[in-house]
Amino acid sequence: MEKRPSYYQEVKGKGIARRDFLKFCTTMAAFLGLEANGAGQIANALQTKPRLPVIWFHFQECTCCSESFIRSSHPLVADIVLNKISLDYQETLMAASGFQAEEAYQAVMKKYPGQYIVMVEGSIPTENEAYCCIGGRSALQILEEAVANCMAVVAWGNCASSGCVQAASPNPTGAKPVHEVISGKPVVNVQGCPPIADVMAGVVVHLLTFGRIPQLDSLGRPKAFYSRRVHDTCYRRASFDAGLFVESFDDEGAKRGYCLYKMGCKGPVTYNSCGIIKWNDGVSYPIQSGHPCIGCSEKGFWDNGPFYQHLPSVAGFGIETTADKIGLGLGVLTAAGMAAHAITTNIRKHKEITNEPETNLKES
Amino acid sequence: MKSRSVPLREVYVWELPVRIYHWINALCILALCITGYIIGNPIAVMKGTEAYQNFWFGNVRFIHFVAAFLFFFNFVFRTYWGFVGNEYSRWYNFIPLKKSQWIEILEVIKVDVLQVKHKQIDSIGHNSLASFIYFITFLMFLLQCLTGFGMYAAMSTSYLPQLFAWFVPFLGGDIAVRQIHHILMWAFILFAIVHVYLVFYHDYIERRGITSSMIGGWKFIEEDVALRNDDSATSTSPKKGKK
Repeated sequence: MEKRPSYYQEVKGKGIARRDFLKFCTTMAAFLGLEANGAGQIANALQTKPRLPVIWFHFQECTCCSESFIRSSHPLVADIVLNKISLDYQETLMAASGFQAEEAYQAVMKKYPGQYIVMVEGSIPTENEAYCCIGGRSALQILEEAVANCMAVVAWGNCASSGCVQAASPNPTGAKPVHEVISGKPVVNVQGCPPIADVMAGVVVHLLTFGRIPQLDSLGRPKAFYSRRVHDTCYRRASFDAGLFVESFDDEGAKRGYCLYKMGCKGPVTYNSCGIIKWNDGVSYPIQSGHPCIGCSEKGFWDNGPFYQHLPSVAGFGIETTADKIGLGLGVLTAAGMAAHAITTNIRKHKEITNEPETNLKES
Repeated sequence: MKSRSVPLREVYVWELPVRIYHWINALCILALCITGYIIGNPIAVMKGTEAYQNFWFGNVRFIHFVAAFLFFFNFVFRTYWGFVGNEYSRWYNFIPLKKSQWIEILEVIKVDVLQVKHKQIDSIGHNSLASFIYFITFLMFLLQCLTGFGMYAAMSTSYLPQLFAWFVPFLGGDIAVRQIHHILMWAFILFAIVHVYLVFYHDYIERRGITSSMIGGWKFIEEDVALRNDDSATSTSPKKGKK
């Protein structure tokens, strides 16, 4: 087998300084929650291990995961992992097209069986496979072929992890996430719409450094990034506990940066690292910018709206009917039922008193 | 003056542990529904202050969690008592597995709900319909514990909530879990309203002292009803058990 250059060799050739390389390794070790020697392990892996062959598919999606990734706060990642070296096949970013592209991706599967990673953006239609076809073959066929000999599958974003907007009711294409259509291979669900670039980089670096997928939670998400709620890591959490809430986007509370819970913030039900890693080189994240979390790293977040309402609407009861409204309605109905029952009870009791059998009565 | 003279017998129905369970449960549910509703729909009472000056919402949640733990262990205790308590508190009252229970359920619907038939229901403890409804509420208790502690598990390192952590991925995520938890709160509220009404109703029409029976444990049962219960108890023995 030909000698493949390591990541470090590749980036050195691109003029990246050793200092920047080590800074990147240290950052990644911190993100992944490794021990103090983690940075060394990562640096070692990136210098010695040959790059991971990657096949990156785009199915039913908007490419926002790729967009997020190439805007990583660490250009090294985008550089080495994405558009320069690692990508053997990536529909959006590769230079090749047509037969050349097909050839590149067939070559990966032949040359590196059991070693390459399949990365998937987008959901897979199952209602009619023809809804998503590339090169005359359906998404499902392509995926099944590629997955057969891969080392692991990385599902980027909400589409590939839980279907996202395509799978929202009524789900016309029968869109399904990756883990529901393939079996037998480990799938890492890197949730979010899109996922945080640094989280994506972290997953790639972990795969490379340790040669195995990171530890996952029970929904298949890497624990290092998805074990805590946005709410529990939110800098506005103190306002929540103090009972200080924003009630409209232009009120005093909004100016003071109170909790956005009443504005429909889904932080309390959303597991992600937005509150810690943040976005765009740690500049900000939605809540810091005054907007409630929409819960984009949770399954079915489109169907549990509206975004600006704390409680989800209840399906089948009309738009914006919450459980509270239904509950109150049932309460009124119950009260009416009890009133009617109380009336008949009194009629019955009156009859019973007037018709009490003589034998039971006792005059005194 | 109108007075009745009918032979009555006093029956010790609710043992002390059952009564204690009942009132702890009632207080817990009251506290949980009030705090739960506030958690789901908080009022923005405070304005223009800084976070460090207040903690009222944190306190509301704290009360909710403490009451939840109490509720859970109380429920566990009642389940245990369903296997060791007296005949009126045993588990088999609550699950209608026998034909006689289903017959009584229909009877109760005719007599007490629709009021088209006038007679006394023979059951001394819960009637079969009530028992069945309580069985459903036990399932609600369980589901409420699963969803509640399931959500709580993410912010706790203690042992008990972690036992429920699997329930969140089972439903696909916190959104669904929270929604179910919230809808069930309304089921609890509606149950409590109807439950209190029906206690009043039964005391009003049957006059067996059902309201005070949950305080003192004793009920006044008509002698003929008590005799029929004795008969059915002896006829179904040697199987130890119902009525």
